Amino acid sequence: MFEVIFLQFLNGLDKGAAYALIALGLTLVFGTLGVVNFAHGALFMLGAFCAVTVRMFLTMETVTVDPEKLSPWGSPLEIREPLVQAWFGDFGAVLVNYSVPLSIIITIPIMLVVGIALERGIIKHFYKRSHAEQILVTFGLAIVAQEVIKSVYGPNPIPQPMPTDLRGAADIGAFLGMQANIITYPIWRLVYFVFAAVVIGGVFAFLQFTTFGMVVRAGMADRETVGLLGINIDRRFTIMFGLAAVVAGMAGVMYTPLLPPNYHLGMDFLVLSFVVVVVGGMGSLPGAVAAGFLLGILQSSASMNQVKAVFPGIDQIIIYLVAVIILLVRPRGLFGRRGVMEA
Amino acid sequence: MTILKRGLSRRRVLQTGMAGIIGSGVAPLVFTKGAWAQEFCNNPTGDTVVFGLNLPLTGTYAEEGADEQKAYELAIAHLNGEGDGGLLNVLQPSALKGNGILGKKVTYVSSDSQTKSDVARAGATRMIERDGAIMITGGSSSGEAIAVQGLCQEMGVIFMAGLTHSNDTTGKDKRRYGFRHFFNAYQSGIGLAPVLGDAYGKDRRAYHLTADYTWGWTQEESIKNATEGLGWETVAAVRTPLGATDYSQYLTPILNSGADVLILNHYGLDMVNSLTQAVQFGMRDRQANGKDFQIVTPLISELMAKGAGESVKGIFGTSNWHWNLQDPGSIAFTKSFGAKYGSPPSQAAHTAYVQALLYADAVERAGTFYPPEVIKALEGFEFDGMGNGPTVYRADDHQCIKSVLVVQGNESPTSEFDVLNVFQEIDRDTVAYDPAIFGGELGEAEPVPMCA
Amino acid sequence: MPKFMSRNDLLLFAGFSLVVLAMPIWLAPFGAGYPDLLQRFMIFGIFAVGFNILFGLTGYLSFGHAAFFGVGSYAAVWSFKLLTLDAIPAMIFAVVISGLFALVIGFLCLRRSGIYFSILTLAFAQMSYNLAYSVLTPITNGETGLQLTLNDPRVLDAAVGQGFVGQPVPNLLGQQLSGYAGFYFCASFLILGFFIAQRIAGSPFGMMLKAIKSNQTRMQFTGFNTRPYALSAFVISGMYAGLAGALLAVTDPLAGAERMQWTASGEVVLMTILGGVGTLVGPVIGAWIIKYFENILSALNDNILARFWSFLPEGVADVLVKVTSKFVGDGWHLTLGLAFVIVVIFLPGGIMEGVRRVAALFRRSGSSGAKTAPQTQPAE
Repeated sequence: MFEVIFLQFLNGLDKGAAYALIALGLTLVFGTLGVVNFAHGALFMLGAFCAVTVRMFLTMETVTVDPEKLSPWGSPLEIREPLVQAWFGDFGAVLVNYSVPLSIIITIPIMLVVGIALERGIIKHFYKRSHAEQILVTFGLAIVAQEVIKSVYGPNPIPQPMPTDLRGAADIGAFLGMQANIITYPIWRLVYFVFAAVVIGGVFAFLQFTTFGMVVRAGMADRETVGLLGINIDRRFTIMFGLAAVVAGMAGVMYTPLLPPNYHLGMDFLVLSFVVVVVGGMGSLPGAVAAGFLLGILQSSASMNQVKAVFPGIDQIIIYLVAVIILLVRPRGLFGRRGVMEA
Repeated sequence: MTILKRGLSRRRVLQTGMAGIIGSGVAPLVFTKGAWAQEFCNNPTGDTVVFGLNLPLTGTYAEEGADEQKAYELAIAHLNGEGDGGLLNVLQPSALKGNGILGKKVTYVSSDSQTKSDVARAGATRMIERDGAIMITGGSSSGEAIAVQGLCQEMGVIFMAGLTHSNDTTGKDKRRYGFRHFFNAYQSGIGLAPVLGDAYGKDRRAYHLTADYTWGWTQEESIKNATEGLGWETVAAVRTPLGATDYSQYLTPILNSGADVLILNHYGLDMVNSLTQAVQFGMRDRQANGKDFQIVTPLISELMAKGAGESVKGIFGTSNWHWNLQDPGSIAFTKSFGAKYGSPPSQAAHTAYVQALLYADAVERAGTFYPPEVIKALEGFEFDGMGNGPTVYRADDHQCIKSVLVVQGNESPTSEFDVLNVFQEIDRDTVAYDPAIFGGELGEAEPVPMCA
Repeated sequence: MPKFMSRNDLLLFAGFSLVVLAMPIWLAPFGAGYPDLLQRFMIFGIFAVGFNILFGLTGYLSFGHAAFFGVGSYAAVWSFKLLTLDAIPAMIFAVVISGLFALVIGFLCLRRSGIYFSILTLAFAQMSYNLAYSVLTPITNGETGLQLTLNDPRVLDAAVGQGFVGQPVPNLLGQQLSGYAGFYFCASFLILGFFIAQRIAGSPFGMMLKAIKSNQTRMQFTGFNTRPYALSAFVISGMYAGLAGALLAVTDPLAGAERMQWTASGEVVLMTILGGVGTLVGPVIGAWIIKYFENILSALNDNILARFWSFLPEGVADVLVKVTSKFVGDGWHLTLGLAFVIVVIFLPGGIMEGVRRVAALFRRSGSSGAKTAPQTQPAE
């Protein structure tokens, strides 16, 4: 029984890491700009497709058709020659193998530009408008983003293999000195967890220990006063939007080997991430992270067969149920500041 | 396709004009009382006839849908006498002439069903009412097939089911106007169980993960019954929602459940995801109860095997058809399809193509598009040459009875399409069953319901 | 109220009814004159009118209205299965059940406002959807959808000894409701629903709802308890949704869980915003436009586009076909998304505001001393 619970706990951490990462970016935007961004899921999806694009370039091939020979299904035989391997030899093969983690390098500038462009181009005009209008315009943008991706990459998911060294499962039980082969867990999911922890830690450190972060935090607390001090808070907030987009994008990239990305990936995560943010408390960064992990673990434990035997279907609704209860009992969420959108 | 395709026929003008004048109260009285008794839904009067293709182009079964679409386009080209003729040349007996159907050129309209029953049904309604489809075909989920089949019975339009494997399609939910060429879960069980017994022994403990809808339910039941007949024990059967993507929470409980076989009652993307994730969890490297842990995929196609890549090697499943079969029908179809699209056809493509041809042939034999006559021509029809050996369209439940393939993931594929091997061909007498076991009622073919 | 209806209201109502009833005629040239689409125009029109009673009048943005729509469908199909194939009991049953459902959910959700209200409705709708999809399968038949079968009990039909052959289909006092009959059946409900919405908007109750929208806090300070008003609006709007869902089940007796998903709720939001939130006609027009384009735009393909652009030189035409094909067929959602974003940014009052602006422009150029354009209500 212990190993069952422990494995579901790992699952919870793994899911929670993904939720926390998305909710973190969402909260950054809400906390700094006060904007409810329904397009945040789309940023996650765009990140995932950065990885897809990088791999597409890395696996380019030359195709020569040999009209003399026929394939078993009667079309002319195609001979494919991978280009990157041809140019770089073994190093090329390594590049292809590690395409997913490598894409992060390219994803960061792309998502930064996307985020800043989005904020300057559209979101900026909605600071003064109601939250409902913010929801609507970003919801529209999310639809546009996913449809553009669909028309470019097609409706089907595009699998992204993980590096060969990181495939398969690690025997955590043996590592912790228990019996071998009882608690095993896929290596990439552990990598994802560590990655999430690093990113979350990085964002907190950035806000805590840099002057830039200090100003932003001050601006979150009292925008007007900071403005009166002669600090251009708007520029910093724009950069924060870019940062939120980068966090979402990176989360998307690293998620691709677990889940082949397709165009509605963002929408799938959107509702969940909003629930996470609300449970954590709108505008609270620690709240978003804590709620992410909490909900991840709750969802995993709810899908244990023993739990389902008592509450059938609980695994399907647990997250929403928790959200409803928290909203009704404690509307500012677990860590929310008093007065943020309370009513 | 075309917005104004049907234009304003005399009847339509009459209908709409009168309807507008009379208003809401009295109008219904006029239209329903067999004023056009000689007519039937979408009786083709011009020189073309329209097929309605209801295909999942997005969603969980999107890849199957795309392959079906290619097959339908090919079939329609062949029916119209274009291309190399494909299976027209090998169907035995055949009334097809390669000049369309009853001299009318075949065209088609299509609709994306999104792998959702609700949407599929709306799409079929649209194709019947707006585009004048004489026959609806396609569908790549049993949920869709059953929903659309019910609609077709209401509308009086024949439905030639595409990829649907649930026992219910021709069992509990069978309809007079619905026909299925594909095999079903019960037959998969009959075919697969002996092979599993030989390969993995009689003393096994199985854990099912099942897509939570009609097909998953019936496949779970059929495979459970078949394997328990071998002496296997079923540890648990857990339902997962159709279109779920992350299976980790369903997979971890298996690891220490005492099971030593995982049976995945999934299809399409569900299967690709659950199988690859199961392999990531190290299930294929595990030992349980002193035996190697095994995964079984009762229904598998080369599209999914391709998607799952490495993970599928050595895994057993069943298929309706495989492009590597060496009978003249399979060779002809594979060549014809491969030459046009550059890849071999999937089992979904095959069943779609065959269904289009069988409908056309039945109309030719009946000499009319009048659905009850076409139904009579299809019921009990014996044919051969379509790649599945001698086949009969059983009159009692509109299920094709033919041989079933047990396939296994290829250990050393020579190309990206060479991912499954035919392990064994189970002949049709073995997989035939008594249609009464599933209950259901076909309903009547006449009086023909009249669509709007 | 001195008069039953003002002259303007009466004109609007009469004009609306005429436009609706004559739809089969004036829509035929646009390729939309077939019953299935016309029925959907009516059904989603009702849904949007009802949604507007909540969102347009009170400003509460619900992202979970599809749940009531779905509950209405399920209730109607169960009435067909258990009681009788007649449509009237099914409609009553569906409206009552969805009203009760809305009462419970509304009571809980209305304890919060703003984004919290939206998330609460969203959470309830997703719970309903997920349950309908999984453990409630005995009631909903899960993904496959609830259908009528020959051996349903139908106690009332059995009691009067009514039998039939073939597939069971809903009817109205023995008259089948497929095709144009179904359209007129739905149309009469849309007109009725429109009439009620019109009455509500003009009544003191409606004024109260608008006051909640403009400043809820001030209302509370003056000693008003706003919640019963908002809750009534929520329930009425839920009953409209249930009615629409029931009508969909009447015209096509299948109830699937997909119609409860949050994207379906999002669709009715799109309809209302696109048409013009807070106006009477706007949401209906929004619903018609979205359903029209869903059916027509999505059916366009490269061949049709090639014909359309064929008057241009070949190279230019090819490029245009390539570009435009991204916006029609499978890609019509892209067009929808873009149109929606543009409307939210530039035309917060939706199409109705656009119409008003254009009308004001004409009036101004016609008589220079005319009054200024009426102020439009921004969303929320």
